Amino acid sequence: MDKMLIVSANPHIRDKSSITKVMHTVNITLLPAIFASYWFFGFRAILLILVAIVSCVITEAAIQKFRKKPVTVYDGSAILTGILLGFNVPANIPWWIVMLGSIFAIAIAKQAFGGLGFNIFNPALIGRAFMVASWPVQMTSNAYWTQPYSGKTMDAISSATPLNLVKTALKAYPNQETINIIKDAGVGYMDLFIGNVSGCIGETSFLALLAGVIVLIALGIVNWRVPLFYIGTVFILTWLMGYDPVFHILAGGLALGAFYMATDMVTSPITNKGNIIFATGLGLLTVAIRIYGGYPEGVSYSILLMNTAVPLINKFTVPKKFGFVEPKRA
Amino acid sequence: MKYTFKGGYHPPDGKRYSEKMLIEKMPSPKIAAIHLHQHIGAPSKAIVNIGDEVKVGQPISEPGGFVSVPVHASISGKVKAIAKITDAAGNKSDAVIIESDGKDELFEGVGQKVDYYCFSADEIKKKIASAGIAGMGGARFPTHVKLSPPAEKKIDYIILNGVECEPYLTADDRLMQESPDTIIEGLKLIMKAVNAPNGMIGIEKNKPDAIRIMKEKTESESNIKVIELEVKYPQGGEKQLIYAALGKEVPSGGLPMDIGVVVSNVGTANAVYEAIALNKPLYERIVSVTGESIMNPKNLLVRIGTPTTELIEYAGGLKEDVYKVVNGGPMMGAAMYALDAPVHKGTSGILCLSRQNAAVCEEHPCISCGKCVTVCPLRLLPTDIQLNIQYKNYEQAEKLGILDCILCGTCAYVCPAKRNLVHYYNVGKAKIAEMKKKK
Repeated sequence: MDKMLIVSANPHIRDKSSITKVMHTVNITLLPAIFASYWFFGFRAILLILVAIVSCVITEAAIQKFRKKPVTVYDGSAILTGILLGFNVPANIPWWIVMLGSIFAIAIAKQAFGGLGFNIFNPALIGRAFMVASWPVQMTSNAYWTQPYSGKTMDAISSATPLNLVKTALKAYPNQETINIIKDAGVGYMDLFIGNVSGCIGETSFLALLAGVIVLIALGIVNWRVPLFYIGTVFILTWLMGYDPVFHILAGGLALGAFYMATDMVTSPITNKGNIIFATGLGLLTVAIRIYGGYPEGVSYSILLMNTAVPLINKFTVPKKFGFVEPKRA
Repeated sequence: MKYTFKGGYHPPDGKRYSEKMLIEKMPSPKIAAIHLHQHIGAPSKAIVNIGDEVKVGQPISEPGGFVSVPVHASISGKVKAIAKITDAAGNKSDAVIIESDGKDELFEGVGQKVDYYCFSADEIKKKIASAGIAGMGGARFPTHVKLSPPAEKKIDYIILNGVECEPYLTADDRLMQESPDTIIEGLKLIMKAVNAPNGMIGIEKNKPDAIRIMKEKTESESNIKVIELEVKYPQGGEKQLIYAALGKEVPSGGLPMDIGVVVSNVGTANAVYEAIALNKPLYERIVSVTGESIMNPKNLLVRIGTPTTELIEYAGGLKEDVYKVVNGGPMMGAAMYALDAPVHKGTSGILCLSRQNAAVCEEHPCISCGKCVTVCPLRLLPTDIQLNIQYKNYEQAEKLGILDCILCGTCAYVCPAKRNLVHYYNVGKAKIAEMKKKK
């Protein structure tokens, strides 16, 4: 036998899946939402997403080069962070804010923790939190939200997001019906569903995000329990509290958060039971922030808060092993 | 009703290479190296000397304790040496090396029909022990020990394991199709040995021919039932099989006998029959020589101690693209670095894999996707256990249940980060055993 054989631990055959495949699949399923962002917010949306992707990839490669680690930007995870971060900004924001946000997301939230797999927080959301804290006006004031379609033809027209509208209106007249408030602003449930409303560029289209996540659930990449329990909790809670549950599901960043941010494998629990607890907690926090908090929207902060609880959830949801025997009490 | 367990995964099964190949008797080798320690338990002690003449089926060692079995000469000829030889797992251990005289003469009494109906339970067990039978599914636990439960433990069920959930392997499948009667007789003998009222034969649904034949043959037996199991790895794991068949969980740290069950491989049942009815000790077994990188995949009846190289040559040799040769199945077998290692009592297959299927993958950090948790048939947290072992936190790994791990490798199979989980479990188990010894 002149040929050398390979010896390694079993199993000797492996599934063909890989991190790279998983990440690129997620990126591909985001294409409908990217298209929706172009459709509603024009070319500027694509430009901002590209700025975010390029900044993320270059930051990751530069840090890995500098630290003499293998450069892993081809695995698609930096691209994913870029897309999600780009989705999280209003269309009128200056591009350099997005760039700085992306650098912060990758450098601090991901690489400083040790890179993919070791980060505690969703990097894109840390990027967003960083931008909200540093440039609150550009990130949240009504002047930077734009009306759909307006960016395509002329200078974008600024417009408040539905959640903003409702929050302000309800503060003035707490007994109004949500559906009437948004109808007065020229928005219906259908507009919210397809994304024809003002908001962050990637979050408005429930439909496009739903199409993507259905593929991911079918492929077993996303645990369906997270979006179901997250959205379910928001629905039930807002309904019980006398608000309009359909509006609360369709408006704001809930779809993007529940489908693509909370389901991030690295920053969510590992067991199904843990994921249900995680998602229910997300629903509670989101409703609490939306109803009682100072911000109109609470998805990103609730995900970041629940990210911190993941190790604890993992600790308390260790499954009972096969053939578990109750230890005898002495 | 669906007979299965929770968790698990179905890898592409690769049975097509050899499932239609009839069992062929391979010519006996010129030189056989028979290891003295082919089972779990104490090694056996050689009772022959260099220069002795031995015949086929002659015992050449004696058990080294209760949990031990003897080995037998598989060819007739002269004992050439007793030396340390590399075994299938890559370790060097003592073996008796016999040079053939080409006559293949049988030892006195071997192969003679015995009227065994009047045998008592104890006689059956004694025969099984002296025939050197150890679990032929691969684990090689001495069968007579399994059949000797303490008096207070009553055995209700004997389950024969014909699941063969390992991809590629077809030895048990062929045996069930070609020799169903001996398996059923063997099952009855095992039932008699422990006075068990019920027998079951578990077969995965991807072996319809074996299921049909075994069902036909057991039609008239009211207390033997053939069960069709869902196709999923590791359905043939002892605990998984019992759960699928009876819905009972073997307690953690316990044995099947704790819940009144004994599981035995169909090959073992066949060997039990041969040992008792034909007075034939375990000196040959069926081996699937298969995989995409062997010229002519075959199911062979091989003398124990035959070098692996001879099996490969007999099957037409290796293809150019061979990358790994595995003793056993692809999920739990041992990769071989020395192909002259001899066939042992647990060698269910010699698997020749190509680079395309067996590529060693680069390990990436865990992304906590939880796939391993979903597939673990013992409901452990594979990723957590692995990390604890990597950082030498063995006590925590033990708390998380590493000792319950059956090393089936399903977690590593599905891992998208290609982490070598089983490698760490091996390290962890060894370290914990070492720590316990010190205490």
